[in-house]
Amino acid sequence: MKKSIPISVFGTLIFFLYLAVPSFCGSTAFGNKIYDPGPLKPIDSILKVKTGDKAPDFTLTSINGKEVRLKSFIGQKNVMLTFIPAAWTPVCSDQWPGYNIAEDLFKQYDTIVIGISVDSLPTLFAWTREMGGLWFDVASDFWPHGAVSDTYGVLRSDGKAERAIFLIDKKGIIQFIHVGDINTRPDLGVLVREMKKLNF
Amino acid sequence: MKEPEKMRCITDHNFSTPIRITVFIFLFLLGPVFTLPLGFCEESAAEFNFLLPAPSHVIHQQYLGLSSDKPFSLEEIKTKVIIIEIFSMYCPICQREAENVNALFRLIQADPGLRDKIKLIGIGAGNSDFEVDFFREKYNIEFPLFSDTGLSIHKKTGEVRTPHFFGLSLKGKGPVQIFYSITGGFSSPEDFLHTITTESGIKEQP
Repeated sequence: MKKSIPISVFGTLIFFLYLAVPSFCGSTAFGNKIYDPGPLKPIDSILKVKTGDKAPDFTLTSINGKEVRLKSFIGQKNVMLTFIPAAWTPVCSDQWPGYNIAEDLFKQYDTIVIGISVDSLPTLFAWTREMGGLWFDVASDFWPHGAVSDTYGVLRSDGKAERAIFLIDKKGIIQFIHVGDINTRPDLGVLVREMKKLNF
Repeated sequence: MKEPEKMRCITDHNFSTPIRITVFIFLFLLGPVFTLPLGFCEESAAEFNFLLPAPSHVIHQQYLGLSSDKPFSLEEIKTKVIIIEIFSMYCPICQREAENVNALFRLIQADPGLRDKIKLIGIGAGNSDFEVDFFREKYNIEFPLFSDTGLSIHKKTGEVRTPHFFGLSLKGKGPVQIFYSITGGFSSPEDFLHTITTESGIKEQP
């Protein structure tokens, strides 16, 4: 009996050490509402447009209920289309909030932003509310599913879109395309550099 | 040759070889558990043995007490306590929290008993130099911010969510010691500073 004590004590110690080590510390950003799919295939589509092309026109409904038509900005503003893969995912949830605080920068270069996602309007509405609201239009490319994304060649095989940026000048010509690794954000500095070029 | 005491104890219980092997593997796998300090989360594995580039602004070099424009380690900062905010320009809570962190900086700087003992820096996880500069200008941030474009520091510090605050103490010439770690914003800069001074024991230090 006496000799069994060390094993019992040791086992109890191990048990409490397990209890003392939490396996995960959550984030406060978006609470625990973010779905993390893990690393994804960096690029899973083939572009159907190139710089110098006339940007394909589209009309999509935005989360404020208005229709957003690309053609309506021609001759008025430069346009930055920002496609994101999916709402409520890690990188996407921290991309548009960055553009949200850069409103002055976009205005400085006479550029409006249109956020496009293949998510449904209610999903986009709730997600952007969680961000605290955005100054730019967020449009749903949900139905026909991913039609605009597909027109530009950024619809992935699983129905999500790439993380892609298209800069379109006031003549409606695509001047810059960035389809980067879906798992990372494009650098705002690069976008600003390209916006500067639109204004020369 | 005399058998070790512990081994004799097990054999006295007639444990079979498979059980011994199982127990050995079990204990071997548990080894790392004994190296973890109690009460810490993922940042218990955080390492702060990285170099930061010398701040480009002279005022920030002076603030940190750096004498050269070479990359520096945290141990080279002339202070007793370092608060590190891991932030991102893109993180909505970091944006909302910026004013609170600025208020914390002003509180520290306004206290002659604390301004040389506590230094505050920010590290922009996944942010480029441009993005960090933009964040600095957007929120009029006066303390030094550093970019961590490749997330190398973010990985070393436990891949924490943003914003995340670390309290580190510097004692002698040894490595920095973590005494505080929290994810998320703080509602009261005064309360946060009180926590830092209490947890670090800095009030009692000469």
